[in-house]
Amino acid sequence: MLGYTITQWLFGILSFLAIMFALMVVFSRNPVNSVLYLVLTFFCIAGHYLLMNAQFLAIVHIVVYAGAIMVLFLFVIMLMNLNEEGEPQRSWMTKLIAGVAGGMLLFVLVGTLKGTEQLGLATYGSSQIGTVKNLGMVLFRDFLFPFEIASVLLLAAMVGAIMIGKKEIK
Amino acid sequence: MINGISINFYLLLSTVLFIIGAVGVMARRNSIIIFMCIELMLNAVNLLLVSFSTLHNDAAGQVFVFFIMAVAAAEVAVGLAILSMIYRNVKTIDTDVLSNLKN
Repeated sequence: MLGYTITQWLFGILSFLAIMFALMVVFSRNPVNSVLYLVLTFFCIAGHYLLMNAQFLAIVHIVVYAGAIMVLFLFVIMLMNLNEEGEPQRSWMTKLIAGVAGGMLLFVLVGTLKGTEQLGLATYGSSQIGTVKNLGMVLFRDFLFPFEIASVLLLAAMVGAIMIGKKEIK
Repeated sequence: MINGISINFYLLLSTVLFIIGAVGVMARRNSIIIFMCIELMLNAVNLLLVSFSTLHNDAAGQVFVFFIMAVAAAEVAVGLAILSMIYRNVKTIDTDVLSNLKN
């Protein structure tokens, strides 16, 4: 197909969709729509993970982000009853300045990345490092202690969120 | 190359996603949208980590992404609890109204 492999087609389509949905997150006026577009962006990024043969991360990404975090966002937005009418808007001047600042950051970063032509030279076959088996071996052999620390962090975050969210602390 | 795709395209994609997140943080006033844009920036970095981990055939990068996801989940839980508490007390999450630290 026009000299491109199916992987390259998939990469192009997924990148286009991810960027479009990310733009819609920023530009849509209704917060609920923003959350839904962010979920779609996360699905596109999970597709990218699959393209790179990182199956475990793709599944964890969908479960954690689209399944847990975004549902939390939706709950909070519906709890606060946010909608399009009450949505605060910055003045067009601030928006213009934000756009120009972002554009200049993009300009600088792309200019920096232009010098990295040699990075993609080495060719690797379809790697097997992203499979559940391989990642599990690495995670529980080399990164066992950070893994346990992460569980303590999640416990602390859970206790902290409940304590902050309580009506009053005696 | 990762399956026929140069790493430069992944660098560009991550850069663009990160900058969209950064512009969102600067251009919006709703705290929850700003929070979501920060998540978008985190995801851009995650994508870059995974692509370099695949390029160098090193699983450590993917384990880092796993840890970043755990930290992001903790961050969102605490952050949304704080936001809902602020909303309960001030009845708004507009960042221009929440400027008590200025005075």
